[in-house]
Amino acid sequence: MLTEATGAAALASAVKPLLAVRGLEAWYGESHVLHGIDFDVAPGEVVTLLGRNGAGKTTTLKSIIGIMGKRKGSVSFDGTETINLPSRAIARLGIGFVPEERGIYSSLNVEENLLLPPQVKPGGLSLDQIFELFPNLKERLKSQGTKLSGGEQQMLAIGRILRTGANLLLLDEPTEGLAPVIIDQIGRTIAKLKREGFTIILVEQNFRFAATVADRHYVVEQGKVVDMIPNEALERNIDKLHGYLGV
Amino acid sequence: MFELLGIPPQALFGQVLLGLINGSFYAILSLGLAVIFGLLNIINFTHGAQYMMGAFVAWMCLNYLGINYWAALLLAPLIVGIVGVLIERFLISRLAHLDHLYGLLLTFGLALIIQGLFRNNYGSSGLPYQIPPQLAGGHNLGFMFLPNYRAWVVIASLVICLATWFVIEKTRLGAYLRAATENPTLTQAFGINVPLLVTLTYGFGVALAAFAGVLAAPIYSVNPNMGADLIIVVFAVVVIGGMGSIMGAIVTGFGLGLIEGVTKVFYPEASATVIFIIMVLVLLVKPAGLFGRPA
Ligand SMILES: Nc1ncnc2c1ncn2[C@@H]1O[C@H](COP(=O)(O)OP(=O)(O)O)[C@@H](O)[C@H]1O
Ligand SMILES: [Mg+2]
Repeated sequence: MLTEATGAAALASAVKPLLAVRGLEAWYGESHVLHGIDFDVAPGEVVTLLGRNGAGKTTTLKSIIGIMGKRKGSVSFDGTETINLPSRAIARLGIGFVPEERGIYSSLNVEENLLLPPQVKPGGLSLDQIFELFPNLKERLKSQGTKLSGGEQQMLAIGRILRTGANLLLLDEPTEGLAPVIIDQIGRTIAKLKREGFTIILVEQNFRFAATVADRHYVVEQGKVVDMIPNEALERNIDKLHGYLGV
Repeated sequence: MFELLGIPPQALFGQVLLGLINGSFYAILSLGLAVIFGLLNIINFTHGAQYMMGAFVAWMCLNYLGINYWAALLLAPLIVGIVGVLIERFLISRLAHLDHLYGLLLTFGLALIIQGLFRNNYGSSGLPYQIPPQLAGGHNLGFMFLPNYRAWVVIASLVICLATWFVIEKTRLGAYLRAATENPTLTQAFGINVPLLVTLTYGFGVALAAFAGVLAAPIYSVNPNMGADLIIVVFAVVVIGGMGSIMGAIVTGFGLGLIEGVTKVFYPEASATVIFIIMVLVLLVKPAGLFGRPA
């Protein structure tokens, strides 16, 4: 039995998914941007959403956490249907959100930013564990949140949801605009979080980076998931992927 | 004793004290308005009526129930605050998705209704409220006579204002408030109940107004129009200080009260308009207000 389940894809289909998205649609006002997104994430997996600018990756994450004004379809997390829940209830089920623009509060200092998201489940990281991952934060606790460098803001945005006990993390382009050393640090952090059992959905433009941390890749195009590529098949499918991403 | 530009010191310090008293009310009321505006993005035009309700609840407590000033100082803000919570939950929150102009119209309409109801029941001649016996009398400071109750008003409002500032700027609850003010959507996405924060913040801002109303009851007579008269000046104070700054509201409130008092000494004709003149000047030079951040 187990010998057959070699690929991550086979593994993913064998276990009950932590997150199952079916026929997800979403709108900005009148403008219909998601047209039926389908994908699964198994517990402990790191899955990426790849796709061109404007494909709907950010909107997919926003719909999962519940901050799109109008959405329909089905998003089931750990067996709970969340499509009609307000975002604060979805977060409390154990989903942590790192927005594309990072969302560091300028009216809060670093420490207040870090302590803002309430603990929603047991099992979150302690402050010391977070400082171990991101030593820079410890030295800047009293600085205004938005006075940090871009890389430090990204660390703060990731660090603050690790305290909450959320077991599914939604990371929207965490490496965007950052220097290579910082990207490496964030890559190592994601790998470490995966080893500790976190489940992660990572939105990325940079599939070179994505390939170093992910188990599987979903390709989003015009508000739909059009393909799924297991990480070990990425090299074989590189031409196809270039086609999808237009690079 | 010395004279300043031909002004006897008794007159000067008397007006400075009067200015501080007015400043106390400006500060508490504009603080409440700033707190509400920060989170709800509406200018609470009911604020003056809620200040008046505070004074009336204190008067009713005393005259119908025999409840004294000190208990009313706690009870009136609580009762008026709860009414505020209901107003937010059942009326204001329904307009949250519309233009802020609708919130302004709603709170303005509510103010007219509340004032009308009180005028119908109590007339507009004003009802007396005694200074509590513990604070009757005063002290002769040599250069002026300081009535105890007036000293109490200045101290009590300073304490309330600074305590509010401390809670908002220095505590965990305050961090929630600041976060919800800055980015309500994201704050909600962290699992924080922003609608509840909004409701409680409105209730708290209203309770501040009611507290000011109780403080005012023994100084001015308890009158259905007391809030309507005062709130116009308070709006000017808020415009000068800039919406959304907590310390700005406090400093501007006390400062403008003082300026008004001193103007009364040196150029009494301008004392009623000096705040509005300052408002115009500030709007010309710094449209976001002295402490406001430009949008
Ligand atoms: N706030 C918004 N209002 C209206 N349309 C938006 C908004 N944000 C994104 N869109 C549109 O929705 C589509 C999907 O955007 P998004 O999910 O941000 O794409 P991605 O993250 O894949 O780059 C795009 O066509 C974009 O122009
Ligand atoms: Mg995006």
